[in-house]
Amino acid sequence: MTPKTIIDKIWDQHVVEAIDKDTSVFYIDRHFIHEVTSPQAFTGLNKRGKKVARPHKTVATADHNVPTINQHLTIQEELSRVQVNTLAKNCAEHGIELYGLNHPYNGIVHVIGPELGITQPGMTIVCGDSHTSTHGAFGAIAFGIGTSEVEMVLASQCLILSKPKRMRINIEGTLQQGVKSKDIVLYIISQISASGATGYFVEFAGSAIRSLSMEARMTICNMSIEMGARGGLIAPDETTFDYIKGREMAPKGHEWDKALAYWKSLPSDPGAEFDKELHFKAEDIEPMITYGTNPGMGLGISGSIPVLDHIDESSRKSFLKSLEYMGFNPGEPMLGKTVDYVFIGSCTNGRIEDLRAFAGFVKGKKKADNVTAWIVPGSKQVEAQAEKEGLRQILEEAGFELRQPGCSACLAMNEDKIPTGKYAVSTSNRNFEGRQGPGARTMLASPITAAAAAITGKITDPRTLL
Amino acid sequence: MPIEKFITLTSTCVPLPIENVDTDQITPARFLKATTREGFGSKLFYDWRYDPAGNPKPDFVLNNPTYSGKVLVAGKNFGSGSSREHAAWSITDYGFRAVVSSFFADIFKSNALNNGLLPVQVSEKFLARIFDVVESNASTELEINLQDQVITILETGEKEGFEIGAYKKNCLLNGFDDIDYLLSKKSEIEAWEKANA
Repeated sequence: MTPKTIIDKIWDQHVVEAIDKDTSVFYIDRHFIHEVTSPQAFTGLNKRGKKVARPHKTVATADHNVPTINQHLTIQEELSRVQVNTLAKNCAEHGIELYGLNHPYNGIVHVIGPELGITQPGMTIVCGDSHTSTHGAFGAIAFGIGTSEVEMVLASQCLILSKPKRMRINIEGTLQQGVKSKDIVLYIISQISASGATGYFVEFAGSAIRSLSMEARMTICNMSIEMGARGGLIAPDETTFDYIKGREMAPKGHEWDKALAYWKSLPSDPGAEFDKELHFKAEDIEPMITYGTNPGMGLGISGSIPVLDHIDESSRKSFLKSLEYMGFNPGEPMLGKTVDYVFIGSCTNGRIEDLRAFAGFVKGKKKADNVTAWIVPGSKQVEAQAEKEGLRQILEEAGFELRQPGCSACLAMNEDKIPTGKYAVSTSNRNFEGRQGPGARTMLASPITAAAAAITGKITDPRTLL
Repeated sequence: MPIEKFITLTSTCVPLPIENVDTDQITPARFLKATTREGFGSKLFYDWRYDPAGNPKPDFVLNNPTYSGKVLVAGKNFGSGSSREHAAWSITDYGFRAVVSSFFADIFKSNALNNGLLPVQVSEKFLARIFDVVESNASTELEINLQDQVITILETGEKEGFEIGAYKKNCLLNGFDDIDYLLSKKSEIEAWEKANA
């Protein structure tokens, strides 16, 4: 038999019917929905007089548009309240399980799927959110879709898709101290650009990837969309199986044994061919920071913003527009730049390991007076765990406050907006213009680089404070 | 439910020679609180188009009366970032029927096609030619022929072919809808589920 990649194995199995040589009807195993990208899909379905085809294969949460304080009160902002209530109404009408605000399982959609054991290897998983690629960390084909496609999945449990090309990105070696998985992914994007993997589905492989925890793997797959990839995945291994075992919705008993046998068959066969293969060394990666307005505009924290001569002539206009927005100049070093806000959270870095890393770093230190910090857990379960481990107390003693779960300042749909012109170091995924609030200036980094900024009030190499 | 057909479009265009235009710029997140698809045209490029007080910024191309038309021409990697279909809704509601760029983000491309908005991917060189010709004459028309998969700068006669999947091309030419197609595949889907239970 021809050796197959993990991407081909999962993809080919889920083809219901080939329409033509590059298009097929494709089956979806799990569908996540949230309040922002689903209402128009339900409206469309209702107009057709259709019910949700497989309601038990869709799970809902409210996350994008929820406040991160006083969640026990009615949502104050009217449009947000209507949107969250609309989700509840649609779920009730169509028999969909909803982990709404204040439910013990509520949280960011890409945090709760894995923590509840819903996300499993070999599955096809979609959601009306581009960071659905997060679930790829379990060896799943997971990707974001638009609202018309949400309606397709609700109506039929299928999509009409063309198969993406396959890329493997190998990272071999041992990470330096103070370098996190966030730095790995920001490094890759800085090397291949924000569109370097467009048209591809990516497998992340190599010894540096294998050594990572599941949560660290999720951070990498989460940001595969930021290199343009349709999705990214990591082959399942013992780390994956150990993480899943015993979780609420994980297979049990005989079902577990059956699932495990299937999961072990998924990794790419030796000799399987990819359309493109890239290699990086873990030792080359420093703590990273972004300086511009797309995630590809990043550099090692000790580096300087490129000078104009190093930018392609055709891209200079966009490069200068980006720096003008950030209030930076070509050639400037990043170290020492003032920081006004620090945001810890999001589907990229809002998990318990992220809160542990941040709390461990700030323990016994004090937040800089010029910094406003928002620490937002990714889910109710993450919040409860932080409480249980005493992280809340450590944070409070260092001058920080642990808020309630939600997407928060990552996309600033709720009240958590960075003010115009202010500088934020964020553990989220996008430094686009206005992403964290109109006029907000975002620098993306790992939780400990964000912690170093929160303590010193400026861009600081976290390795100097370890 | 049929979508609007796309066969041949001849129109002047609006040039936006910026790279990596992400969907947060096309439709900022704070406008995603709506529960309907309508009215997003007024939000298109909102923070580039209006100052914080809501006044039009005269230097932004949508506020420049020199340029108008049903075709938006933008720099490479158009539509990157968030999967929000609101970006495609904003562009179509504003009145565009096609976007020309040298590179599109994957999710945006799907969303555009699902809304009858044609993404036309051309070479860097051809894109630069469109920007040049339009800069010297804003009334230059582009012709986009979907059947033949060719885009032409009418003033100069320069043309280039573009790619589109056979299935989606057929949908756009005929106004077919994916959901109607999927609903027609009920028994095939059930058979797959049975075989893979």
